[in-house]
Amino acid sequence: MIGDGAFWSLTVLLGIGTFLIRFSFLGFLGDRELPDWLLLHLRYVPVAVFPALITPLILWPEATGGQLDPARLIAAAAAFAVGCRINVIGAILAGMATLYLMQYLLG
Amino acid sequence: MTAQRSAFLAGFRACAPFSLIIVPFSTLFGVVARDAGLDVLQVMAMAAIVIAGASQFTAIALLQDNAPVFIALLAALAVNLRMALYSAALQPHLGRARIGTRMLMSYLMIDQSYAVAARHFDMTPAMSLDEKVAYYMGCAMLCCPLWYGGCLAGALIGQRIPASLSLDFAIPICFISLIAPLMRTLPHIVAALVAVTAAILLSSLPGSFSLLISAIAAMIAGAQSELWLRRRARTVSE
Repeated sequence: MIGDGAFWSLTVLLGIGTFLIRFSFLGFLGDRELPDWLLLHLRYVPVAVFPALITPLILWPEATGGQLDPARLIAAAAAFAVGCRINVIGAILAGMATLYLMQYLLG
Repeated sequence: MTAQRSAFLAGFRACAPFSLIIVPFSTLFGVVARDAGLDVLQVMAMAAIVIAGASQFTAIALLQDNAPVFIALLAALAVNLRMALYSAALQPHLGRARIGTRMLMSYLMIDQSYAVAARHFDMTPAMSLDEKVAYYMGCAMLCCPLWYGGCLAGALIGQRIPASLSLDFAIPICFISLIAPLMRTLPHIVAALVAVTAAILLSSLPGSFSLLISAIAAMIAGAQSELWLRRRARTVSE
């Protein structure tokens, strides 16, 4: 469960922070240029944050009490393979379909 | 029909194909957020206040995992930092609009509307400021209502989906789908591998610290591999 206090403080702060990021150059930074080292690191934010975030969710899912679950591992691999070759929505569908198939096959 | 009106409609039409991405993604957010225990009002408040899908998923995943609010905030903001680049790219085109208009355009800035508008502005430099604003608004007026609508639809049907459908796993699957297409260059692959390895090695730390350290290590690894590749390319060419 997610507590009300945590939810609302996070939502409001995230809303303000995200607005300031979007407004930055359009609003107050004008045509200033970002330093190269920052641009370099910004490129790797998605591939750094998302894998670190989901690795524990995939290996030790709460729904199985933190136990390694072969069905989920295979589903994750299927989503990754389809995502590399086709597209985002295809990968989501392939991942969830594989999960259901594996849960059915593996009982 | 005025030039502004036709620019608005052109932007609206150019973004139409993205409904195929926005509708399922937002619906999934509504369903997953309800599954995590939010009520319909909370789902819609988050969709309207934040209006940035990947960071909303990040925030929900971390809150559900009982991470401290500031860690969830940091991770979700990091995910949205890319929008500073969008803001910088749009500035030469839209930076002279009125302040209120710029605030509205900032609020409505999402991946799809940015990508379509920035590409169009670069290809059609003759557009006036008013036409560019109208085109951008056309993009946003297609994408953003679909985002709210999808979240609402997902939130309303969410509770009727049985637990046996394992929707908890929709969050990792979503993120895998977002990063898989990025695995096109060596530095991106290195960064992802470092992130996964560090997250496993540090898993005994409280979840939020392992995320923070792993993500920073992975970003540095990606950046350093890119610099290394550049240096190598230079020595080879000399």
